[in-house]
Amino acid sequence: MNIAVCIKQVPDTETKIKISDDKKSIVESDINFILNPYDEFGVEEALKLTDPENITIISLGPDRVTSAIRSALAMGAKNAIHIKTDSTPADPGITADALASVLKEGNYDLIFTGKQAIDDDHAQMASLLAEKMDIPAVNVVIKLNVENGTVMAEREIEGAHEIFECATPCIISAQRGLNEPRYASLKGIMGAKKVKIEEKDVTLSESNLEVVEYNYPAEKAAGKIVGDSADAVPELLRLLNEEAKVI
Amino acid sequence: MVFAEHKDGKLRKIAFENVSLAKKLGIDFECAVIGNDVDAEELGKYGAEKVVHYKSDKLGNYSPDGYAKLLADAMDKQGADVLLLGATSMGKDLAPRVASRLNAAMATDCTQVELDGNNLKIVRPMYAGKVQATINLSSAKKVVTIRPNVYAADENGTSATVESVASDVDFKTVVKEIVAGAQGKLDVTEADIVVSGGRGLKGPENWHLIEDLASALGAANGASRAAVDAGWRPHDEQVGQTGKTVAPSLYVAVGISGAIQHLAGMSSSKYIVAINKDPEAPIFKVADYGIVADLFDVVPRMIEEIKAKQ
Ligand SMILES: Cc1cc2nc3c(=O)[nH]c(=O)nc-3n(C[C@H](O)[C@H](O)[C@H](O)COP(=O)(O)OP(=O)(O)OC[C@H]3O[C@@H](n4cnc5c(N)ncnc54)[C@H](O)[C@@H]3O)c2cc1C
Ligand SMILES: Nc1ncnc2c1ncn2[C@@H]1O[C@H](COP(=O)(O)O)[C@@H](O)[C@H]1O
Repeated sequence: MNIAVCIKQVPDTETKIKISDDKKSIVESDINFILNPYDEFGVEEALKLTDPENITIISLGPDRVTSAIRSALAMGAKNAIHIKTDSTPADPGITADALASVLKEGNYDLIFTGKQAIDDDHAQMASLLAEKMDIPAVNVVIKLNVENGTVMAEREIEGAHEIFECATPCIISAQRGLNEPRYASLKGIMGAKKVKIEEKDVTLSESNLEVVEYNYPAEKAAGKIVGDSADAVPELLRLLNEEAKVI
Repeated sequence: MVFAEHKDGKLRKIAFENVSLAKKLGIDFECAVIGNDVDAEELGKYGAEKVVHYKSDKLGNYSPDGYAKLLADAMDKQGADVLLLGATSMGKDLAPRVASRLNAAMATDCTQVELDGNNLKIVRPMYAGKVQATINLSSAKKVVTIRPNVYAADENGTSATVESVASDVDFKTVVKEIVAGAQGKLDVTEADIVVSGGRGLKGPENWHLIEDLASALGAANGASRAAVDAGWRPHDEQVGQTGKTVAPSLYVAVGISGAIQHLAGMSSSKYIVAINKDPEAPIFKVADYGIVADLFDVVPRMIEEIKAKQ
């Protein structure tokens, strides 16, 4: 079984995000970049399903994304494609067009994405790829079973789970709970350095999403400490009832 | 066009919220409902005038490609430029598909939409809420999902005309089975009040405090990742950057320190209450009201006082 795992490089969740002076981009110089946490579930699931030789890590972005590709390779995958661009496109539609064109060449039985990239938080890629490649996709998957070309995927929805059955090839977006991603071993990290990352140039399609400006969220005014013991409870409930009017 | 999502035949609150939003924008719109046994007329109460109710025996369960095709066709037939959906599990799955079919640009999980001349001014959080992005979709057609609980559902309409259309859309994939979570459990993303617990609870044996407080308030149960990772709670309750994003009217954080990844999932709540014995805990930076004390004293007292009032 041939598997592709789409991965994105994103700022570490602890990173303080700084907006540039023209308010249209993020200052990248101080950012610690990591492999998108949801994409780790995709890499792990691929390793559980097939031989590492049959797994290809794919990422679109500027040169810096190769470090995220290496992190994914260090978990065990043996092939990688870097789709080179000057920057990460703001419009996920563009990324999807480029990824779809590369994915179509690969004859993959399964394609993993994360349920969401934690930088732009679009949560669109699996659905976009499904339409562009005309194959099924199941989003936010927490349980997966693949047997003889039949895929059973359980996805999380509000208060319940939906179970889908479809045939390969298909796309799965991974959610926390799907598995426990392994830590890269020293051997894995050394091995990853030896993998030759195939580079691809693409012509990006036209952007339909324009950033007008980035702003920081409004600072919240300091809250009120109602008290330092359980005796503050009646006053808290009164405030919630009369001032906030939420209970 | 407003896609009015329902669950088990009941229209969801986000459908009403989006009708209210469309009404507020002052644009002509109609609603689309998919599925057989749904009381589509209820949308009228919130100001919808026209509802097209697509019925099909085959589309009782959600079909990603079936619904997408149907909505894209409906958009074309109506000559509609904008499709509003909820940023729900279904909305997030479906919206990019419709967008792709219509060559439309789309924006996910938006918290503000305004009409700016002929265009839409859209604000959406990025980087887990650390940045508010104002964006412009320049394609002719636009698809937008709105974060639940951000816009109010205003009952200021009367009645809607509902046109039933038999749909014969074909599709490849459909939900085969739905396994319910804990019966009748209110999801954190849907609740008006959320009570969440963290590592301060010390163990699953104390979780009845969270459950009882939640039930006294009619709230959903949430949890920090520490509580989920410890195996005390299922991960569908996790609130935060790698959990769920919630925006209830009231969020009560009990024994949660307020790590940046937790704040990412709940800081857009309208009111936040923190109960924590450490006055330096970062949760107090976002809390509207706080009690600095032992939760094992405070929470039982809260349950007792609330019950006494009911
Ligand atoms: C990539 C990544 C993603 C993450 N995603 C998430 C996420 O989605 N959601 C999330 O929540 N976290 C997430 N985290 C984890 C996050 O960094 C914190 O570790 C976690 O939120 C801490 O949970 P907590 O507040 O319950 O525990 P702690 O930080 O241990 O806080 C416990 C609090 O309880 C208080 N307390 C203890 N005993 C009592 C008592 N008797 N009475 C009152 N107060 C008491 C303490 O003062 C303390 O403030 C993520 C981390 C990473 C690296
Ligand atoms: N530039 C990219 N290169 C490769 N995969 C990507 C890229 N952007 C997004 N993805 C994949 O799509 C998933 C969802 O991203 P998003 O739709 O941007 O939230 C990510 O977890 C990745 O698996």
